[in-house]
Amino acid sequence: MHQKTVVALSAALQQGEISSEELTRACLERVAALDGQLNSFITVTEESALDAARAADDRIKAGEAGPLTGIPFAHKDIFCTRGVRTSCGSRMLDNFIAPYDATVTRKLVAAGAIMIGKTNMDEFAMGSSSETSYYGPVRNPWNTSTVPGGSSGGSAAAVAACLVPASTGTDTGGSIRQPAALCGITGIKPTYGRVSRYGMIAFASSLDQGGPFARTAEDAALMLGVMAGFDPRDSTSVERPVEDYRATLNDSLQGLKIGLPREFFGDGLDGQVGAAVDAALEEYKKLGAGVTEISLPNARYSVPVYYVVAPAECSSNLSRFDGVRYGYRADDVHDLEDLYKRSRGEGFGAEVKRRIMIGTYALSAGYYDAYYLKAQQVRRQIREDFLKAFEAVDVIMGPTSPSVAFGIGEKSDDPVSMYLSDIYTIAVNLAGLPGMSIPAGFASDMPVGLQLIGNYFAEGRLLNVAHQYQQVTDWHMKTPEGFA
Amino acid sequence: MALDASQVEKIAHLARLAIDADDIPEYARNLSDILAFVEQLESVDTTSVVPLAHPLDATQRLRPDAVTETNEREIFQAHAPQTENGLYLVPKVIE
Repeated sequence: MHQKTVVALSAALQQGEISSEELTRACLERVAALDGQLNSFITVTEESALDAARAADDRIKAGEAGPLTGIPFAHKDIFCTRGVRTSCGSRMLDNFIAPYDATVTRKLVAAGAIMIGKTNMDEFAMGSSSETSYYGPVRNPWNTSTVPGGSSGGSAAAVAACLVPASTGTDTGGSIRQPAALCGITGIKPTYGRVSRYGMIAFASSLDQGGPFARTAEDAALMLGVMAGFDPRDSTSVERPVEDYRATLNDSLQGLKIGLPREFFGDGLDGQVGAAVDAALEEYKKLGAGVTEISLPNARYSVPVYYVVAPAECSSNLSRFDGVRYGYRADDVHDLEDLYKRSRGEGFGAEVKRRIMIGTYALSAGYYDAYYLKAQQVRRQIREDFLKAFEAVDVIMGPTSPSVAFGIGEKSDDPVSMYLSDIYTIAVNLAGLPGMSIPAGFASDMPVGLQLIGNYFAEGRLLNVAHQYQQVTDWHMKTPEGFA
Repeated sequence: MALDASQVEKIAHLARLAIDADDIPEYARNLSDILAFVEQLESVDTTSVVPLAHPLDATQRLRPDAVTETNEREIFQAHAPQTENGLYLVPKVIE
């Protein structure tokens, strides 16, 4: 049962083959039995999950169920959950019981989905490996000595190990797509503004965007359909109706124009990963798509642009953690400045402090033009490249990550090398475009992700393109040994 | 741009972060590496390029000036490290 998709489980619930309570218990039992190997959960909400499951069963019996009613999911611990600890993977918020629900939380709960717990992540979503969490590193179910990617590593690992059929994540520079790739599952980062950021703890506000993980594109379509939508509580939320993402899943790909950015296939791409991507493109050709080379000449600047813009926004966003109103406060402080400095110094981990300091430096007097303004100018050029490309192609494809999952600890001492693991994903956030990663085979026995990039608000098209590939391949249904 | 220990201390102060003296050399090295990495942006010609502030070039949405949130001070203050009579307490600022 744990290997079933959301769609299959939803049908089983509707037909009375299983109750949500049984399904939820089964997920909780798998978490209890298997998560010791992965550390994918920070908090398990057994009691409230079972209460919600019984309520969902009542709704199903009353004929009031939607497609997510009674479906268990895992929620990234960056989304506020009223009455439940929301730690963001940080000591700073270890004691923080959120006083309100994020809009994404509220929407999933209203749809009848069952939150079974909060998942582990890089501290404040700053990382590409899920190693910087205060709660210890997450492990990849395909090989527990490797990372699951990050920052939404717990959510990706939990779905890959079939602990839950779906989960939530956030993606500021690749934090949904890269862990989806490294864990062999499906993940989508929507257009900036498509999913509400209200109650999603802010890292870099002009880049942050929530989205779902699932095994299939069809399941991701169901999840995204619930998570997306205009929210007056998010000042950058887009006033635009949400399409029925499932309605277009079966559209033909005949004549689809796929663009391959030559910059994504150069030095630095693992040969076996490249071969898996090439094989996936052959499948697309069989489905009727045409492939042309395109160029994104400024994409190579995306990582340096990101490491100005994201730290600058993070240094501003994280100034709210002051040890006064909530969160961690240092003991025995002797004055107010000492309270601020020591609460923040002790409450934040090393990577968060590095980024706050880079951002503080970049925004400090005399440096603003050289760093932040310059980065925002190059950012526009990166976006222009995409807009030009989309005049000629429908979807852009390439590898999600330059390599398969790397070893735990392998890149911990070298921030720049860690940052480069997001080299193909970051440009998409800078441009605010939707992006997706789907399983496309294996290299060295580890999953490879194929990245799909669409034009603004082309989530439906991306899900369609992903779904059609998943009709002719079965990479997305492979399960790691020990979790089958 | 290589940062020395005193610059790291200054940045940490601006960011209100207490950093152990023993950790300063490592921060200096890491931060210098990151800055050296981002300095490749200097080579990009951005003459007359307008900085991109919002991916969709959207402007700030306005709403009517009406009270929409309810007062939940007690719930909020339940999570505060130290409060008294509805106020957040910090060490004495003025002697």
